[in-house]
Amino acid sequence: MTAFLTIIIVLFVAVAIWQMVKIFDLAQAGTDDLGIATEKDNKVNAYLMLAFLVFIYAITIVCFVKWGDLPLMSDAASEHGDRIDNLMIISMVIIFFVQTFTQFLLHYFSYKYRGQKGRKALFYADNNTLEAIWTIIPVIVLAGLIIYGLFTWTTIMNVNEDDDPMVVELYAQQFNWTARYAGQDNVLGLANVRLINIDKANVLGIDESDPNAFDDVVVKELHLPVGRPVVFKMRSQDVLHSAYMPHFRAQMNCVPGMITQFAFTPTVTTKEMRENPNMIDKVQNINEIRKENSKKLVAKGEEALEPYEFDYLLLCNKICGKSHYNMQMKIIVETQEEFDAWMKEQKTFKASMTTQNN
Amino acid sequence: MDERTKNIQGINDHAKQLKNSFKKYKQIMSTHADIHEHDDHGHHHKETFITKYIFSQDHKMIAKQYLITGTIMGVIGVLMSMMFRMQIAWPEEPNILFEALLGKWAPDGVMDADVYLALVTIHGTIMVFFVLTAGLSGTFSNLLIPLQIGARDMASGFLNMLSFWIFFASCVIMLFSLFLEAGPAAAGWTIYPPLSALPMAQPGSGLGMTLWLVSMAIFIAQSLLGSLNYIVTVINLRTKGMSMTRLPLTVWAFFITAVIGVVSFPVLLSAALLLIMDRSFGTSFFLSDIFIQGEVLHYQGGSPVLFEHLFWFLGHPEVYIVILPAMGIVSEIMATNSRKPIFGYRAMVASILAIAFLSTIVWGHHMFVSGMNPFLGSVFTFTTLLIAIPSAVKAFNWITTLWKGNLQMNPAMLFCIGFVSTFITGGLTGIILGDSALDINVHDTYFVVAHFHLVMGISALYGMFAGIYHWYPKMFGRMLNKNLGYIHFWVTAVCAYGVFFPMHFIGMAGLPRRYYTNSNFPLFDDLADVNVVITVFALIGGVFQLVFLYNFFVSIFYGKRAPQNPWRATTLEWTTPVKHVHGNWPGEIPHVYRWSYDYSKPGHDDDFVPQNVPLKEGEEELQH
Repeated sequence: MTAFLTIIIVLFVAVAIWQMVKIFDLAQAGTDDLGIATEKDNKVNAYLMLAFLVFIYAITIVCFVKWGDLPLMSDAASEHGDRIDNLMIISMVIIFFVQTFTQFLLHYFSYKYRGQKGRKALFYADNNTLEAIWTIIPVIVLAGLIIYGLFTWTTIMNVNEDDDPMVVELYAQQFNWTARYAGQDNVLGLANVRLINIDKANVLGIDESDPNAFDDVVVKELHLPVGRPVVFKMRSQDVLHSAYMPHFRAQMNCVPGMITQFAFTPTVTTKEMRENPNMIDKVQNINEIRKENSKKLVAKGEEALEPYEFDYLLLCNKICGKSHYNMQMKIIVETQEEFDAWMKEQKTFKASMTTQNN
Repeated sequence: MDERTKNIQGINDHAKQLKNSFKKYKQIMSTHADIHEHDDHGHHHKETFITKYIFSQDHKMIAKQYLITGTIMGVIGVLMSMMFRMQIAWPEEPNILFEALLGKWAPDGVMDADVYLALVTIHGTIMVFFVLTAGLSGTFSNLLIPLQIGARDMASGFLNMLSFWIFFASCVIMLFSLFLEAGPAAAGWTIYPPLSALPMAQPGSGLGMTLWLVSMAIFIAQSLLGSLNYIVTVINLRTKGMSMTRLPLTVWAFFITAVIGVVSFPVLLSAALLLIMDRSFGTSFFLSDIFIQGEVLHYQGGSPVLFEHLFWFLGHPEVYIVILPAMGIVSEIMATNSRKPIFGYRAMVASILAIAFLSTIVWGHHMFVSGMNPFLGSVFTFTTLLIAIPSAVKAFNWITTLWKGNLQMNPAMLFCIGFVSTFITGGLTGIILGDSALDINVHDTYFVVAHFHLVMGISALYGMFAGIYHWYPKMFGRMLNKNLGYIHFWVTAVCAYGVFFPMHFIGMAGLPRRYYTNSNFPLFDDLADVNVVITVFALIGGVFQLVFLYNFFVSIFYGKRAPQNPWRATTLEWTTPVKHVHGNWPGEIPHVYRWSYDYSKPGHDDDFVPQNVPLKEGEEELQH
């Protein structure tokens, strides 16, 4: 609400300035001011251009200092994530350099060559050498980025079957996720939405007669063993969704009528990630914010927020309807032993079917 | 004998008359329906209110109609963005504004989640199509093409009128959809099926989406009529001496924009028609294997990815349809106010052509994670990053145009400098998004929102503002108040960075766009204060557009009367009288002897030489 009040105040300030300009205009009425920049305008605006350059630099610095820890550019939790982070950092450095340099030239020239009486502009219409320079330099830089980028891309997208990746299906629907493990045989049973049978709890439309499906395991919380490649097969039953796992630098759309895929190898367990110093800081910060918010809630007579503990998440990142903003699934990365133990507790598809039949 | 002589004379007279009318016909064909040179057509001058202000076929009036309609749509679009920004910053808090404007969609002043999506969707649609395509290109192509190439009017005044009124109809339909029981379309401005195809998937996909599709289909018809007219006019109606290499860069930009529009808009029309088929007639172009609300639908064999291809085949060129006219306007105004020729005219034209060509083969970079073949991702990464090259050439040429100039800091000039600044800031992050490997993690996050708002939203808007400040005297015969212009620019410039610069950071933190609230993810709790900052800047920036609106509408009636050539520019539009006449020039159309950038040319006393001034003896025209 304070923010809203601020806005109202700003609004009034705006109105005040507006009125002041009106008075200013009235004072000028009768003079032959036409609305064309005078030498004074040139000067004032030229200095403002310099000030604006400072503003651009300042906002850059403030953002980096204040929010520089927000971007996911380090501590990737997957094998290919580091490569993406590297490429990201390289691109950012290039961008940062070009941005600083070109904004300087733009605003400095705007200041330096402000219109003055008696100054005559230089009639300078063409220079092929200059054009060649600023064609070739971007070509070289981009060639480097393209080559690096394409190598990274092909490595990520090519699934190496020799690594014996674990097959997991991610199944999307408005507005939740379901995961299906391929089980002992590591082959997913056939499935189609036409086979969905709610009465028999066959919510994914798995083919009940397909032997590959018998040992499939359907769960609502995704567990992954650390260090083992996983290949996700994505399906959607209604509209487009996107399986977005930011900490693993992974994303792929779920498209009704087709199976899409994305593979990665998790490298950091949930436990290890929680002990990462950066993550500890981040969680602490978030918990302080939550405490503050809780105070306000409690004052209003509502329940306080629970303290936050880090978990990997699967988010929906393609607009999918009303509750798009709350379509998530927890991901837990653990050691192979923990994973096996967890897996043992889960019912296979066949077992869950029988219980339903009974 | 007498009779014979009379007869012969009669025949001769008749032949003369025929010859004369043939001459006239030729003149008409060459310089278009040239009413003013022929007294016997004088009665065409008499215009009623309706033919002058409503169903006008005069390109200058049509330009103003486009501008004012576009401005009204812009106000609605910006107002929507201010509302959903408030929801993001202060999620689910009651707000008087929501209660007043959204009525039953904001029970107790709390915005409904469906309405949030509807606002985002209609904001995008209005800003991209109605403001930055029709409002920008429609206004300035109409105003400047005939005036700058030396033509009496567009090739077809009637088609031109028709295209505006079709545009108006599409605006009305789009706005009407806001008042539907179930709300307007809410599937995002990209309207990907199946969400947009299935009324049971969200309320907006019912009648709201039908109206959206109808409105867009009509809009495309308007765009095609307009574009064809622009192309024909530029090719056929240039005045004597106006070779293609003497065209101002504005005209080049409008011309190429029209070509891109003609090439790519029909593809969106086909996508819209196929989607209408799927929605209303049971076909399965984009739908397959769908189970929703407890039942299996009959659709089989279609693919939503096909829709994405069709959509982005227009959608990507569309951003160049938006930005190219702005680039043209900026080049022109920057040269005029720098009192210097635009640097590298040929390179500027070549880069427009290169951008236009590349724009049609990069659409797949919106679809890296759509499930299409990863090999295609590689190809599109390659073509996409290539587009950075002509863009870099343009940016450096603009900067060099400023170098050693004599910069006249008129409000239009400030917006041009602002344009280059935001174009660079926004464009650079394109290197990240165009790289398929990096796109995986920032796709559909706020990083994308920040990128395209800076590079095409804000930049194109700056181009539009620059054009308005610069050609307002030509449009309305009066001057805009410059001090209000300065305030408008500086506040807008600060707010634009204040809104979109921090947005990159929350995007890189993994915050998805189109989330009604982020409070369901404790993970994102530390982004809340960034969102408040962004919203505050957005609100200030939005409110300050009132300064512009006030200036714009009040100056129409009370602005100072404009002189003939206030900015001392070289192009032909400033040789026309301040008071508009049908046919643009009361006398003959001026001939052109030089390119449009003879500013501060050595050997001339004045620091500009209009295009219609013949070369002095011994003066050489610059070989460009």
